[in-house]
Amino acid sequence: MGFIMIGERINGMFKDIGEAVAKFDPKPIQDWAIKQTEKGAHYLDVNVGPTAEDRVKSMRWMCEVIQEVCDTPLCLDSTNYDAIEAGLEVCKKPALINSCPAERPKIERVFPMAKKYGAGIVALTMDKSGIPKSADMRVAFAMELVAAADEFGLSPEDLFIDPLILPCNVAQDHAPEVLETLRQIKNLSDPPPRTTLGLSNVSQNTLDRPLINRIYCVMAIVAGLDSAIMDVDDDALVDAIATADMLLNRAIYCDSYAKVFRQR
Amino acid sequence: MPVEILKEKFTGKVQEVVLGATKEEGGTRAYTVKLGGSSTLPFLQFEGEIPNRPVIALEIWDIKPDWHECFVPCYGDVWEDPVAWAKKAEEYGADIIYLRLRGADPELENSKTADDCAKLVKAVLENTGAPLIVEGPGFPDKDNEVLQAVAEAAAGENIALGVAEKDNYRSIAAACMMAKHCIIARSPLDINILKQLNLMVTEMGVPIEKIINDPLTGGLGYGIEYAYSVMERARWGALIGDKMMSLPLICLAGPEAWRAKEANAPNEEAGPGWGDQKVRGVMWEAMTAAALLQAGGDLVLMRHPEAAKLVKKQLEDLMVPNTY
Repeated sequence: MGFIMIGERINGMFKDIGEAVAKFDPKPIQDWAIKQTEKGAHYLDVNVGPTAEDRVKSMRWMCEVIQEVCDTPLCLDSTNYDAIEAGLEVCKKPALINSCPAERPKIERVFPMAKKYGAGIVALTMDKSGIPKSADMRVAFAMELVAAADEFGLSPEDLFIDPLILPCNVAQDHAPEVLETLRQIKNLSDPPPRTTLGLSNVSQNTLDRPLINRIYCVMAIVAGLDSAIMDVDDDALVDAIATADMLLNRAIYCDSYAKVFRQR
Repeated sequence: MPVEILKEKFTGKVQEVVLGATKEEGGTRAYTVKLGGSSTLPFLQFEGEIPNRPVIALEIWDIKPDWHECFVPCYGDVWEDPVAWAKKAEEYGADIIYLRLRGADPELENSKTADDCAKLVKAVLENTGAPLIVEGPGFPDKDNEVLQAVAEAAAGENIALGVAEKDNYRSIAAACMMAKHCIIARSPLDINILKQLNLMVTEMGVPIEKIINDPLTGGLGYGIEYAYSVMERARWGALIGDKMMSLPLICLAGPEAWRAKEANAPNEEAGPGWGDQKVRGVMWEAMTAAALLQAGGDLVLMRHPEAAKLVKKQLEDLMVPNTY
């Protein structure tokens, strides 16, 4: 399996989506669902955004209108687990739950739900006290999450462990720690858990965001990154991922390899 | 303590391609042949599924071939008559008949026309039950003309037409699409071009389950190791989920083996220890085919019925599940 791209664009934080959610206007949401699918997204992140009045109702509605226009699997993104469960109930294909930190009450809510609906989990290497700086602490959280997967009857491969990258202009020293975490996560179990990142976070409020996203993504892929929640509409980024995939000998070269990559 | 067998886990598999069509499927073949479908490396049944045995096609020509005299006892009485020859190939146990339209070579005197070829294909289909592969004369313009006519004449039979190459695939692909036949896409021992060609053929609209790949092979002693590497890598690509690299492979074992000096040299010119040509030639072809099957061939094209028999026996042995 090659790199998994999770399209980030259907998120109420974006103005057009936020307004669409507020007015229950399916058009902008469906347009982005189609566009991201055409660009090669394997999952579509779905986030009702901070302003939605009824997150449970909005999440279910968004999942329904997206599935009217495409069958790309969904990545249900909320801190409200009732909203996620409402989405899981209407998902036609196995979804991802985004996300669950290494905190016992949340694990106990999310992991059985993932088992029930056959969903994967974006699992965060943090707890109540926040995001640790060192790779060692991040890996310790990852280990807790892998152990929890086993406890609740999930495979390590059902986990997409997110070591949480922070903006480089605020917390530059986290970037190499995240890379080291990715390397170590791959040694935690056999089969190893999968990994993901909220990629665009690395470049928040920087001048050339696409450049930083693209370079960091390739560095992370070499370290063990399997997927990212990302801007699939950034052609240069997708080309860079396709090229990294090919240069790591995960796909056979042909002149149109970047096109073939998008067809998977 | 029991030994735990390590098993490789793959995410992809070789695309399954069906050749031929029975009466129920709109054709007249006695049976169909399924190629590919494996989810593991060749013959490792303990590790994955190998739903279909690799198959043997026997080669026939539309004109008398320039083959070694050792073929006279098996085909001498029929090779002036391609229909009789096709029937004989079936009697020898061919899973598939592979008809090469060498007589349509435009440089020959009395070169056969597209119409002649279409009539011949129809006659072969009427007199045999095996699925059919038809290869053009190998000259792009003539190939296009001949294969177009053949495709129409064989409509409904789900034959395979070949060969499409990087610089000459459009007309053949169009002919295959129109009459719903399979296409053989070939690249000369170049896996990168093979993948690109598969992409181009599918972009024209040929369904992926209608494509067979010919990676081109060398005979034993004449570059077979290059073919082996290319085929091994193609299979590995299929198993890691590279769809454009997942097509079943045809190997031209017979024609390549019989180009070798070692297969043909008469006894008086043979090197020390080479043995009798009659045995030597057959063994050269059988060994070439055996190696190519180990590399991941799904269909071997063979020439000598004795060699085909040896390979079929070996295939049957190799298909016995080797579970642990």
